Amino acid sequence: MPAGTLYRGREGMWSWVAHRVTGVLVFFFLFVHVLDTALVRVSPEAYDQTIAVYKTPLVAFMEYGLVAAVLFHALNGLRVVAVDFWSKGARYQKQMLWTVMAVWGLLMAGAAWPVLGHAFRELFGS
Amino acid sequence: MSTETTPANSGTTGERPIGPDNPAPVIEPPRTRTGRSPRSTRTNFELHGWLFMRLSGILLVFLVLGHLLIQLVLDGGVSKVSFAFVAGRWASPFWQVWDLLMLWLAMLHGANGLRTIINDYAQRDNTRFWLKMLLYTATVFTILLGTLVIFTFDPNIR
Ligand code: HEM
Ligand code: HEM
Repeated sequence: MPAGTLYRGREGMWSWVAHRVTGVLVFFFLFVHVLDTALVRVSPEAYDQTIAVYKTPLVAFMEYGLVAAVLFHALNGLRVVAVDFWSKGARYQKQMLWTVMAVWGLLMAGAAWPVLGHAFRELFGS
Repeated sequence: MSTETTPANSGTTGERPIGPDNPAPVIEPPRTRTGRSPRSTRTNFELHGWLFMRLSGILLVFLVLGHLLIQLVLDGGVSKVSFAFVAGRWASPFWQVWDLLMLWLAMLHGANGLRTIINDYAQRDNTRFWLKMLLYTATVFTILLGTLVIFTFDPNIR
């Protein structure tokens, strides 16, 4: 790794890569999501049948992934704003990234049962 | 490449790593804007886009995380989502405005982000142009459809 590089191959670069990947993922989801919501203009049955897909165990895991992506993008986005607008932002960018990851981990742990619980109940009974 | 380019790491004191306390040397902007600059570089569009990403991002934290909390966590998570549930929510102007704002901000924020990414990776002028046309078409279509759905929602459709 080239010494003296602020950016390449370090926390700054990997958080940027992750920010980009999660942003694109959420954008593609949103496109599909507006289409599925538009089914409320077709009929209640068409909407409910499509939303049933969201309730299957496999898709529940994808929803957990979506939550992971949105949460990281949101928290890291606030970090980017702090780096740009807070006078000490650049100095503390690394500490802020670890704060982001800690908050992300806590929220992901808290979201696990609410988002995945119904999938486990369906897969393993009761 | 020009021979005047500053070699990496020159102009800094010795071996100290570059960081907030020892900034990298400033690179002069390659050209100044004049009346003859191409149209696309004559405005502050990119500056406003940059600001918009940050302001919309802050608002989206509340809008999108609030939305996910309501849809996936509260009241039994996704299991409760149905036509009747949506009808209940869109009976209130508050949630209509919430969803409308979220739709417009998330789509414009995401589309502007994707525009940056296309500019970064699509090297040929033609590829870049058509990818952006595809992006803009999909974005306008999605925003209009989502807006129409919120405004024309009919709980008694059947
Ligand atoms: C899997 C997780 C999600 C579920 C189950 C879900 C569910 C819903 C439901 C039931 C609606 C109908 C209106 C309402 O109840 O407010 C809706 C609308 C909407 N959602 Fe989501 N949502 C999810 C994730 C997201 C995310 C991550 C975003 C933003 C990036 C988002 C953006 C929107 C928008 C913009 C609308 C309005 C659509 C329109 O105008 O037609 N949703 N969502
Ligand atoms: C939840 C709150 C959000 C915050 C705080 C946020 C923040 C940001 C910020 C500050 C940037 C600019 C990064 C830079 O200039 O380096 C950005 C880029 C981006 N955002 Fe968001 N955003 C949020 C939600 C979303 C949503 C819902 C989407 C998708 C619809 C999205 C898609 C993108 C994309 C595609 C980029 C471009 C990434 C890049 O150029 O590398 N963001 N976001």
